[in-house]
Amino acid sequence: MARPLSDLRPNESGVITEIHGGKGLLNRLGALGIIPGRRVTKISSMFMRGPITVQVNRSQIALGFRMASNILVDVDRTTQ
Amino acid sequence: MKILLMGNPNVGKSVIFSRLTGVHVISSNYPGTTVGYTRGHMRVNGNPAEVIDVPGTYTLEPTSEAEEVAARMLPTGDVIVNVVDATNLERNLYLTLQILEHEKPVIIALNLWDDTKHRGIDINVDKLQELLGVPVIPTSALTGQGIRDLVKNISEAASPHLPPQTLGERWKLVGNIIDQVQRISHRHHTWYERLEDASAKPLSGGVIAAIVLIASFMAIRFIGENLITYVFDPIFEVFLKPVLLHLSTQMGGTGFFHDVIIGKMIGGDIHFVESFGLLSSGLYVPFAMVLPYVISFYFVLGLLEDIGYLPRLAILLDTTMHRLGLHGFAIVPTLLGFGCNVPAVLATRVLESKRERFIAATLVSIAIPCASAQAMIFGLVGPFGGQYVLIVYGTLFTVWIVTGVALNRILKGFSPELLIEIPPYRFPPWRTIFQKLVMRIRSFLIEAVPIILAAVLVINILFVMGVFDFIADITAPVITGVLGLPKESVTAVVIGFLRKDAALGMLALSTLSAKQMVIGSVVLTMFFPCIATFVVLLKELGLRDFLKSATIMLLSSLAVGGLLNVIL
Repeated sequence: MARPLSDLRPNESGVITEIHGGKGLLNRLGALGIIPGRRVTKISSMFMRGPITVQVNRSQIALGFRMASNILVDVDRTTQ
Repeated sequence: MKILLMGNPNVGKSVIFSRLTGVHVISSNYPGTTVGYTRGHMRVNGNPAEVIDVPGTYTLEPTSEAEEVAARMLPTGDVIVNVVDATNLERNLYLTLQILEHEKPVIIALNLWDDTKHRGIDINVDKLQELLGVPVIPTSALTGQGIRDLVKNISEAASPHLPPQTLGERWKLVGNIIDQVQRISHRHHTWYERLEDASAKPLSGGVIAAIVLIASFMAIRFIGENLITYVFDPIFEVFLKPVLLHLSTQMGGTGFFHDVIIGKMIGGDIHFVESFGLLSSGLYVPFAMVLPYVISFYFVLGLLEDIGYLPRLAILLDTTMHRLGLHGFAIVPTLLGFGCNVPAVLATRVLESKRERFIAATLVSIAIPCASAQAMIFGLVGPFGGQYVLIVYGTLFTVWIVTGVALNRILKGFSPELLIEIPPYRFPPWRTIFQKLVMRIRSFLIEAVPIILAAVLVINILFVMGVFDFIADITAPVITGVLGLPKESVTAVVIGFLRKDAALGMLALSTLSAKQMVIGSVVLTMFFPCIATFVVLLKELGLRDFLKSATIMLLSSLAVGGLLNVIL
């Protein structure tokens, strides 16, 4: 089942299924390789809805909590 | 010939730039923007060529001002050197494909090549070259490996005439290419990869941040103080003073012009801090008090920047900074402010929106005491006991939070969310660090010094004409009534318009109680920036926002001072 990226626990991985947002945001995320079909691993998150750090390809990217909650991820069963 | 260096941020583009060009590089602002870029010169097959270090970008469909500048610069180049991070080929190729869609001759510098081996990455360069249709040269800018090859092959740059594609199509093509050229074998984490992870996690990251910040402050104070004591002070005392004293006698030692140009004689001597003449304090303030800290701050900041630590600090502090209407990256100007508010206000340019720049600049000028203000706080309040120093700092910190939260509520708009890449730690070559340092100092001298001098001149004239005594007279009821300070300190507070530390120094002359010292220090720190910050603030914010900012400072310092007078 797809869950928001912000809900993932550290070290959980999955495949992005949907991204909700305006064209500008999709463009910004897309340029960093955050697109549907892409595999992501959550690395860490900060307290109090702080930024989420994820691994995409070989780069680590930090994104705001709200942004992350608009990215849906089909989480791998085995890592749950 | 015009050569553009283009690539993602953090791929070692500026290191390649400094390898290609000589020492003489120029940094400028792209017309109509706050985005800076650097250019320099090199020779290609004996012919002179201009090299431009285009701001790093992830895409040519711009998502920020810096990216817009990059997109606008692309058509002006004759040859594009696309700098690609070999350890992160997949993400970098997205921009490469976009560039290849532009019918410009392109050559690729596959940088950080030496890093690929110990990261277990194997790239088939010939195959990559064949698939992209442009020359690909492996480089390691840190060691200089491959740079000569790159220069030799610039004339081989080619355009494969790639048709325009959509975002999805491009990523699909990138995936295809990666499948054919790259093999990755699993490697164990190295010790600094572990350090990378630790510094981006809440708890361990917090500890690391504290250590890094404390070490940075110590380094900055150490370098700054030593520059003042052993370099700048001697220059002024040994070389400038005799000249000024001679000039002073020639001008009769007193009078309007004498006081404006040389300053008031104090005990028959020129005092560089208190004389306040155009050629005494006017030169001393920017060169001997601000410049040393600008140098040491930019040095340490450049180091943290190039190592790749700042994005980690930004995510650690993002939550807090958001409450203040800023995002994590605003921590950079804030930190700078502890050394000197001038570069701090200049550094607010890195923030995306006008709203953020306004909040950040106002908060810095209100609540961040610069190094010389801090020295005075310790000197004046310290003797009464450490708890009073803590009260001063605690009050300023509270003011920082409260003002930020208030501005965030009141001002229209919202603070943009953080979206940044966290680069791996890298140790940059000294050459690049010093090149950047020289460039930043030069732009500080060009941008800030002339206006500081002009402002000192104008205020000097007003001061000598007695305008400030007049202000002191009419503001006296407020200062004695609301703040509970004695009448003598009125002049000190008014002098605070001009010079924070001189004003605090004047407070030291009158006998104040601990409470009065605390109030005096807090009010003087908050109520107005020093003359140098004042002009830079005006220049950066524009008149209207500057007036808003100044009003906030005046009102909040009176409110806080009055409150302290009641509470303490």
